[in-house]
Amino acid sequence: MDEKVWKVSTSPHLADRESIPKIMWLVALSLAPAGIGAVYFFGAHAAWVIFWAVAAAVGTEAAIQKLMRKPVTVYDGSAFVTGLLLAYNLPAEAPFWLPIIGSAFAIGLGKQVFGGLGYNPMNPALLGRAFLLASWPTHMTIFRTPPRGGTISGIDVETGATPLNLLKQAHDVLHQAKVAPGEVPAQKIADAMTHIGKLYESYGNLFWGRVGGCLGETSVFLLLLGAAFLFYKRYIDLRIPVGYIGTVAVLTWMFGGSEGLFTGNPLFHVLAGGLILGAFFMATDMVTSPVTPRGKWIFGIGCGVITVIIRLIGGYPEGVSYSILLMNLTVPLLDRYTKPAIFGARKR
Amino acid sequence: MALRILTRRGFRGGVHPPENKELTAEKPIEILPPPPVVVIPVQQHIGAPGQPIVQAGDRVRVGDRLTEPGGYVSVPVHASISGIVKAIEPRPHPLGTTALSIVIEGDGQDEWSDTVVDDEAWDQLPAEEIRERIRMAGLAGMGGAAFPTHVKLSPPPNKPIDTFILNGAECEPYLTADHRLMLEYPEEIVRGMKIILRVLRPAKAFIAIEDNKMDAVRAMRQAVQREGLSCEVVALPVKYPQGAEKQLIKALTGREVPRGGLPMDVGCLVHNVGTARAIYQAVAKRRPVIDRVVTVTGRGVVEPKNLLVRIGTPFSFVLEHCGGIRDGAARVLMGGPMMGIAQFTLDVPVVKGTSGIVVLNQEEVDRRQMAVCIRCARCIDACPMGLMPTTLYHLVKAKRFEGAQDYGVLDCIECGSCAYVCPAGLPLVHAMKWGKMEVSRKLRAAG
Repeated sequence: MDEKVWKVSTSPHLADRESIPKIMWLVALSLAPAGIGAVYFFGAHAAWVIFWAVAAAVGTEAAIQKLMRKPVTVYDGSAFVTGLLLAYNLPAEAPFWLPIIGSAFAIGLGKQVFGGLGYNPMNPALLGRAFLLASWPTHMTIFRTPPRGGTISGIDVETGATPLNLLKQAHDVLHQAKVAPGEVPAQKIADAMTHIGKLYESYGNLFWGRVGGCLGETSVFLLLLGAAFLFYKRYIDLRIPVGYIGTVAVLTWMFGGSEGLFTGNPLFHVLAGGLILGAFFMATDMVTSPVTPRGKWIFGIGCGVITVIIRLIGGYPEGVSYSILLMNLTVPLLDRYTKPAIFGARKR
Repeated sequence: MALRILTRRGFRGGVHPPENKELTAEKPIEILPPPPVVVIPVQQHIGAPGQPIVQAGDRVRVGDRLTEPGGYVSVPVHASISGIVKAIEPRPHPLGTTALSIVIEGDGQDEWSDTVVDDEAWDQLPAEEIRERIRMAGLAGMGGAAFPTHVKLSPPPNKPIDTFILNGAECEPYLTADHRLMLEYPEEIVRGMKIILRVLRPAKAFIAIEDNKMDAVRAMRQAVQREGLSCEVVALPVKYPQGAEKQLIKALTGREVPRGGLPMDVGCLVHNVGTARAIYQAVAKRRPVIDRVVTVTGRGVVEPKNLLVRIGTPFSFVLEHCGGIRDGAARVLMGGPMMGIAQFTLDVPVVKGTSGIVVLNQEEVDRRQMAVCIRCARCIDACPMGLMPTTLYHLVKAKRFEGAQDYGVLDCIECGSCAYVCPAGLPLVHAMKWGKMEVSRKLRAAG
């Protein structure tokens, strides 16, 4: 008779090598190119903004978990990623307290109050950004530092120089001219037309990141580099970014022009602003996006619709964060109504 | 070639765990000598247990019947060594319980029962006689599920079988018992298949093998040709759980077994290659199931092997013959690592459904700390049944069994794909088993 009592456990007895810390730290790694790019384009101050945001996120998480006598789980990398994403949504010249307050809010009221990782209904980093934008709008929308390598050539970059902002201003002038003919000086109209033309010619700057904007959102190239890595690792599901970006492209092409339907510039709208950052790194946040394949499509398309409505009709030049936050709230419903078909349920 | 396109379609979900079949794939089946003592549980199949027809003190020979089947869905068990019945008492069973077992102490003679005789006319028997021989030989599916074979071979007249599939997929990692059987006994397998086809008379027959065993595909193709059988040997892409009955039918025919239904509902029947060989032995040689091929493997075993083992041989005896267990061994499993059952003692015997004894070491076994679900949806992508394992997990954990039923917990085949890919290390299959148990109990109570 064998005396040893062996340990038992339920099947399966094997597991692949994925874990939550591995996923989170690799997501952080995938964001590294854009962060390094931000320091290159906007200077050392961008690095400080990133540092304070990450430190505050990790510190807040640790402090709350300590206070609540829960195990401290900051090593899983999720707070680090939240801090990183928040920083990427701030201007490079943000004062040091802005990322600190934003991260503390994001982790405290965006995540820990709901029970921590896995339970937050909305993307914490975007919630932090929304809070900052509502509380200190001027600090959040001044993009004074021209990026290294120039910005949109020939356009004044002193006041609110993000490409989407410039487009909105130009469109407002044209709209004004249409509503009240004769009241807008001809020179102003001509300037607005020139601006739009120049914006639409700035694909190169937009792609490489030589434009004004939040520090981590400007370089489409560096963001796509990280996104490609995440896709290769299967950490993001392309349904969300494809649905999102595709919808923005189609709708801005249809409604984004000043000459009528189908005169918009979809490529500009895809490259400008925070769409690439939002679509690949924030809308795809596992915790706050649907788990079902069909739900992911609807989620991505919904984000696209709201973004375009805000950009074209709303008061803000950019709508990526609010669209994702709003769609986050639909996730429980989407999951419920887009259950996959169970094997054998459809056909005989 | 239309079929090639169909097979491309495959089934949704599934995973690719490391195969680790190289530990034993090249090792020919070795005959394990009869052990000094065998422990034969009276129930080694799904269905009613049999009633013992021997008593302590009786002398039995190899192949002597020990029990009377306890009903239609029941098969007998047989003595696997010659010797004296020592006791009929509860003993540990590899399914994790104790079960009434017949303990035989061997006399070293290995004397065979005179009921085991060759029958030259095996390929001309009527279907009824074939089914009876299969039943009284104690045949239950050798793939692991152990459903009585004669029942599967008796489809009701309103469910005609038009497609027969012989399952040589062996998609479980580590296991190579079926692989070796196909390499070493392809004729006997094909003859067993001939017998099955004689009973069922389906329009179409397949032999399905994963394409990591191309040597077995070739061996079976040759055997099919030599035996003059009309059937197609299909090499399927490697994907776990390719060998699961419903997924296999889907991959080969495009048909989906309806929820809660059986393969016969879509005109299909699936048998494992080991069962086919046992059918041949039962019908042509009147030889009951007294042994089976077992893959003894894993990095916790000193010398992994494929062994022909007498039913009732204790795991400890089998493992001794493989050089014993290494330091650092963490789990002893009956079956493969994806669906196998962890054993708490090595006193359990090899039964008819024991396809493998896998000893995993600390490095191989899943040692992750349980974390929380981050809704990554990998389980949903992996589930071959189209379920939402994470949702089911939360429902079962909250004891919301009705919700779990709505979300299809009863459709779970417990293949383990979801838990395999879960980055949070959640015990998803454990939750499914619990949920299935509670829902079935409620359904039974409701009549």
